[in-house]
Amino acid sequence: MRKSFKLQDLECANCAAKMEAAIAKIPGVNSANISFMTSKLVIDADDARFSDVLDEAQHAITAIEKDCVILR
Amino acid sequence: MNKKQKRWRNRILLAIALFVAAYAIETFVPLEALLGSRDAALWAEFGLFAVPYVIAGYDVVAKAVRNIGHGQVFDENFLMTVATLGAFALVLFPDSEPHMAEGAAVMLFYQVGELFQSYAVGKSRESIAELMDIAPDYANVMRDGALLQVDPYEVAVGDVIVVKAGERVPLDGVVLDGSSQLDTAALTGESVPREIAPGDEVVSGCVNLSGKLEVRVEKPFGESTVSRILELVENAADKKAKTENFITRFARYYTPAVVGIAALLAVAPPLLFGQPWSDWVMRGLVFLVVSCPCALVISVPLSFFGGIGGASRTGVLVKGSNYLEVLAKTQAVAFDKTGTLTDGSFDVVAVHPASGIEPERLLEMAAYAESFSDHPIAVSVKRAFSGAIDEQRIESVIEQSGHGVKAVVDKHVMLVGNDKLMGSEGIDFNDCHLTGTILHVSLDGSYAGHIVIADIVKPNAAEAISALHNEGVKRTIMLTGDRQDVAASVVEQLGIDEFYAQLLPQDKVERVERLLAQVHGADGRDAKLAFVGDGINDAPVLTRADIGIAMGAMGSDAAIEAADVVLMDDDPASIAKAIRIAKKTMGIVWQNIVFALGVKLLVLVLAAFGIANMWMAVFADVGVAVIAILNAMRAMRVGR
Repeated sequence: MRKSFKLQDLECANCAAKMEAAIAKIPGVNSANISFMTSKLVIDADDARFSDVLDEAQHAITAIEKDCVILR
Repeated sequence: MNKKQKRWRNRILLAIALFVAAYAIETFVPLEALLGSRDAALWAEFGLFAVPYVIAGYDVVAKAVRNIGHGQVFDENFLMTVATLGAFALVLFPDSEPHMAEGAAVMLFYQVGELFQSYAVGKSRESIAELMDIAPDYANVMRDGALLQVDPYEVAVGDVIVVKAGERVPLDGVVLDGSSQLDTAALTGESVPREIAPGDEVVSGCVNLSGKLEVRVEKPFGESTVSRILELVENAADKKAKTENFITRFARYYTPAVVGIAALLAVAPPLLFGQPWSDWVMRGLVFLVVSCPCALVISVPLSFFGGIGGASRTGVLVKGSNYLEVLAKTQAVAFDKTGTLTDGSFDVVAVHPASGIEPERLLEMAAYAESFSDHPIAVSVKRAFSGAIDEQRIESVIEQSGHGVKAVVDKHVMLVGNDKLMGSEGIDFNDCHLTGTILHVSLDGSYAGHIVIADIVKPNAAEAISALHNEGVKRTIMLTGDRQDVAASVVEQLGIDEFYAQLLPQDKVERVERLLAQVHGADGRDAKLAFVGDGINDAPVLTRADIGIAMGAMGSDAAIEAADVVLMDDDPASIAKAIRIAKKTMGIVWQNIVFALGVKLLVLVLAAFGIANMWMAVFADVGVAVIAILNAMRAMRVGR
């Protein structure tokens, strides 16, 4: 499944690149993309693990930028 | 500025005021004399500058500490913290010049830059959102006799919606009732409104300017033009340009490398050669400040996004920044003819009656003879004939396949068809110097003249070709399935360099393969071939070319699917415009890369020799980032 989410309070472009790399490493994720300019996260991940993947993605994002939240 | 930014700004202003006060005290109050010793004076200064430092930078320090906990070592918070705390720590080397003021000022300056950066990013996000503000908020649907405002998602195919004057058309459909003018500027960049009457298709995203329209919905919202365009522009970020990927990779190595050198610089000379610690530590700290790649990481994607956004505002949809990059290197453009350079509809272009016959009479005869046919040629003749056709006058019409028709109208025998028909009936006819389909007409056995029907070239196709040449495109090529002479005449009218006619669809692919080999061979891999087609039957060629440009996204799914660039307004002149935007964007991208890296490198070299100070370093970091962002935003401004 491929879904796009808005990221709230994404402030730093370098962090966006780091988050993208971190999310792509989560098991079950086929691809992840963060567009800094549109503040959008697009995740393509296995259906079965999708909500777990999202939780882990949020975790990875928080580790890099504390205030940044995936709006679900 | 949002709330968060305002609080941030106020905090910075307070810190600046305190900093100025501290600076004034340090300068005008003889601390050493007052406190008795140089040491005490130094610590007093330390305290004075620590206050504005903490107010301005406590969050930076906090983030740095937190991020180390998360294993994010080389982030800019960490670098700034180490650099500024380092400057304060020099208080421990009483023999050196004190750097407390610098430490506090660097933090202040950094925060000012960060705030400005955040503001600039917010602004450019806003203008991008504005570009994409074509989505309708609601649709007016007739349900049980009442007009309801509903979410466009809830409208089903077949529902009848009402679009009032001033409203945006929410879904694609066909007008049932009402006539109006539509502003299509948001989709096509075209400023002249389009006339709309019952039976016409309307496309979501256009604004209804005058009358009330009743529209039968033809597509669900998710498949409507507006949704497809928005999705396309937003997803454009997925396809990153080589330059963008290069910068991301570069950033990954740049920061650790500079930090490594900084550590070496701070430690090695004092340890190995007995150099003064404070001097070399300071040089190392300057390195740290310059090591953040933010200027590049923000400004390069922002430039690409601005270019894509600006292009979409003029009706050119680019599906990714990689395509913008390729478009800028276009050296050859191949065109499909029908629907791309020509209108794709047949029109009467000349009426040449034999002597003694009125042109209108000739058209009338042809229109009557062809009145029962739906062939495009017949349709164009009927359209050109101004009068109404009275079917009572027609006695018989016999179609002679491949030749034309024989009709009896008002007791007169008419033959309308090609030269073969005239030849087989033994009628002398004149050839025409014009190219196109020639329709000969005879009346009661004698020649009455001929009508020339042709697919006419688009009004600005010739301009489009010369604009391409002006943009540095070396070769323009036309590929068509049409006859040699028709192709030759179009090529001559438009000033196209070469053409290949009578091509079957598979020939086109093969021809494009050969052109690709030539273009890549002649100018190296950096020269690119674009193919422009109307997207309906050109899909294989559009995919095969370096870059596929499709005409007419308004309604055509095939075009959006197959092409890399879509011209919303069907105007071939947009190709040159797209190339110009691409070149400008690439120009800005390289300016930013060269500028940012150049300044950073310069400051690094100066710092290594002990010439650059903290101030220069902070400029090389945030100052450069802000300038690069401002420059990147230029990509969004596109002349129509």
